[in-house]
Amino acid sequence: MRDRVPIAIGLLLFVSMVTFPVWHAAYAKTTAVGPRLKLPERQKACVAPVAFMRASHMKLLTDWREGAVRSDRLTYTAYDGKKYRVNLSSTCLGECHTNKKEFCDRCHQYAAVSGPYCWDCHVDPTSVARRTP
Amino acid sequence: MKITRKEFLCIAGLAAAGAGAAKAVQTIGGADPAAPQASGAAKRWGMVIDFQKCRADRDCDDCLNACRAAHNVPDIPEREREVKWVWKERYEKVFPFQQTDYTRRAFEGHVLPILCNQCANPACVRVCPTAATWKREDGIVMMDWHRCIGCRYCMAACPYGSRSFNWSDPRPHIGKLTSEFPTRTKGVVEKCNFCEERLANGRVPACVEACRRKAIVFGDLNDEKSTVRQLLRARYSIQRTPELGTGPSVFYLI
Repeated sequence: MRDRVPIAIGLLLFVSMVTFPVWHAAYAKTTAVGPRLKLPERQKACVAPVAFMRASHMKLLTDWREGAVRSDRLTYTAYDGKKYRVNLSSTCLGECHTNKKEFCDRCHQYAAVSGPYCWDCHVDPTSVARRTP
Repeated sequence: MKITRKEFLCIAGLAAAGAGAAKAVQTIGGADPAAPQASGAAKRWGMVIDFQKCRADRDCDDCLNACRAAHNVPDIPEREREVKWVWKERYEKVFPFQQTDYTRRAFEGHVLPILCNQCANPACVRVCPTAATWKREDGIVMMDWHRCIGCRYCMAACPYGSRSFNWSDPRPHIGKLTSEFPTRTKGVVEKCNFCEERLANGRVPACVEACRRKAIVFGDLNDEKSTVRQLLRARYSIQRTPELGTGPSVFYLI
């Protein structure tokens, strides 16, 4: 039993290495819980089911963009028959996601999605005083 | 009646010559595909600017300010970097080849608003390598800023200097930002869009609405009953350097 000390040290090393991810996560304060998003208050449903929007909102926005700019498709008929004006600033942000910071940005930050560069040009309506039409 | 071989060949030859001649006449004198279509067909948006009304108030900037506010156009002080949609230019620079000694004396220094001519045969569209600019069916030369790569071929092609390049982020130079219209970004070319976003909602362009003297009139050039066509019938109008064959949709009443 003279090798009790090396065994103890080895065991300690082994256990600490195996459990390293747990310690690291605890130290970095990361959790498995997703980002806490602020859901729209005024609207109950999006232009498409939540699962689709979560996975493919970027494709839908690209389709909207191509349609509105190049093919003059300015109205979008949703899956439930409701009609929407195709407009990122006015429809998506203006009517629903009035809190871009705690919805769009928070999730993009969590998922480490850099960009997108939509906001280099398109303006968040809550960030500017609304102009009278 | 019996037909001889000689007569048969004569008739056949004449018939062939006749058919050929008919084809030639059709080709030479036929309908020009670029000619305006009959009423009820596609629109062609156009603008008529009354120089007489406009020069009555030389310090008026209503149309310029309305455009700037509607489209987030930056106000950049350095001339080599400025961004222009509609701007004021001296008469002798707008119509350099349509002058006499006397018009030069009478109108020198007078300014009038100029903007993208929304040409019927736009040079900018021909040179764009990414199809970021194209001519719509209603005559508007449209831009897709998502697709513009900033090569500036269109700026070189446009004989009117109607296009501007964003050498830097325009946002710090925009007075009052509106969320109704996007800004542009560094590395993108921009120009007047004839307020296509307002036309889509049934409104006239911002400059037309803002003009207090009603010097700018907007309408469908293909509609004989439209106000623009009535004005073009009643008054003498000129275009900017029409000899280039671009077919501008902006007319100036002199």
